Amino acid sequence: MSNAFHNLKVMSRLDLTRRAVALLKHDEAVIGGIGNANFDLWETGQRPQNFYMLGSMGLTIPIALGVAIAQPKRHVVALEGDGSLLMQLGCLTTVAMQAPKNLTMVVWDNGIYQITGSQPTASKSTADIVAIARGAGIANSAWAADEDEFEKLMVRALDGGGPSLIAARIDGEPGVGKTERDPVAIRASFMRGIAAKK
Amino acid sequence: MSQTTAAPADKPWHEIVLATLKANDVKLIVYVPDRVLTRLIAALHADAFFTVFAATREEEAIGVISGAYMAGLRGAVLMQTSGFATLPNALASLVAPSQIPALLFVSERGTLGEFNLGQALVAKTMRPVLDALAIENHTITRHDELAFIVDRSIKQAYATQAPVVFILSPLLTGGKVFAA
Ligand SMILES: Cc1ncc(C[n+]2csc(CCOP(=O)(O)OP(=O)(O)O)c2C)c(N)n1
Repeated sequence: MSNAFHNLKVMSRLDLTRRAVALLKHDEAVIGGIGNANFDLWETGQRPQNFYMLGSMGLTIPIALGVAIAQPKRHVVALEGDGSLLMQLGCLTTVAMQAPKNLTMVVWDNGIYQITGSQPTASKSTADIVAIARGAGIANSAWAADEDEFEKLMVRALDGGGPSLIAARIDGEPGVGKTERDPVAIRASFMRGIAAKK
Repeated sequence: MSQTTAAPADKPWHEIVLATLKANDVKLIVYVPDRVLTRLIAALHADAFFTVFAATREEEAIGVISGAYMAGLRGAVLMQTSGFATLPNALASLVAPSQIPALLFVSERGTLGEFNLGQALVAKTMRPVLDALAIENHTITRHDELAFIVDRSIKQAYATQAPVVFILSPLLTGGKVFAA
């Protein structure tokens, strides 16, 4: 294969997660997908506006879409793995149709299902996540060529012209943090963090 | 096509469901279509009170209304029995452990005149899953009980932070009739 996305810089999920979180200035909600996406989000510090998924592979973007619809004034960022997104690709078509301006989707493309033993995903060889997203109707979809461009794309996405999708090629490292496995506590803390509960 | 039963009430079942959702401030409706739900879905689309759209899979719809609930907006998912059969993972790994009051309306196929063996078998998986997860569920067969069951159960769902499933029997909706 000689797809353009194979020539992109391979970056670190933890580093990019830190960069993304550092750009959040308005109590934006962040949904961390199953496994490594939320482990690294946890590692960057437990913002009350973070929701950590302990299961339901593939539902990061649908959950983020629900938050975005419910709170149109708050920006919502979904952090999702390539394998997880591939499981629920249809959600991109729903996001495009609903077109929430306040939703940014970040896809960590390591080309593997890292957490289950690093088996290859389709995006390792044949599938181009950004082309898929564009085909689904997400016009603002782009590969981040390097860390600088990732930050620029994030800033533009957070500006609210969305929905946007940013894909980043990342290495095969596991996530670093150890998310607390208490779903009710996570849910309640998130709801307080985004003012949906006292 | 769906038909109303010969019950005494003047409103068809779908109008009662719509009115009860509205009375309980359930504004977000996400569905995967079903023939029997056609008129309910059309009426919801036509009413500006509701935000209504189709998801590509029922799991996706569960994700959307779970996110919306956490952000302060009440939602329900509409589906048919085969759609419910795709949901055990989303229910067991998101809705149940996070205690999210998800409202599910399932148009029941697979029984009382089903003509598709696959639908009949899929339908048999529904109640065992609900029982295994101890999820509150009501099979609604009677028009005169519909408003009471739905209204009270929605209130209970939010008060107790637990999901509830409304199984809409062909006895209520008329079901899908086999054109022989
Ligand atoms: C429905 C479902 N199928 C399979 C799994 C097992 N599983 C958990 S995480 C995962 C891989 C996730 O891959 P990806 O999103 O690419 O993230 P990565 O591990 O590469 O960071 C799999 C297959 C699961 N939890 N749920």
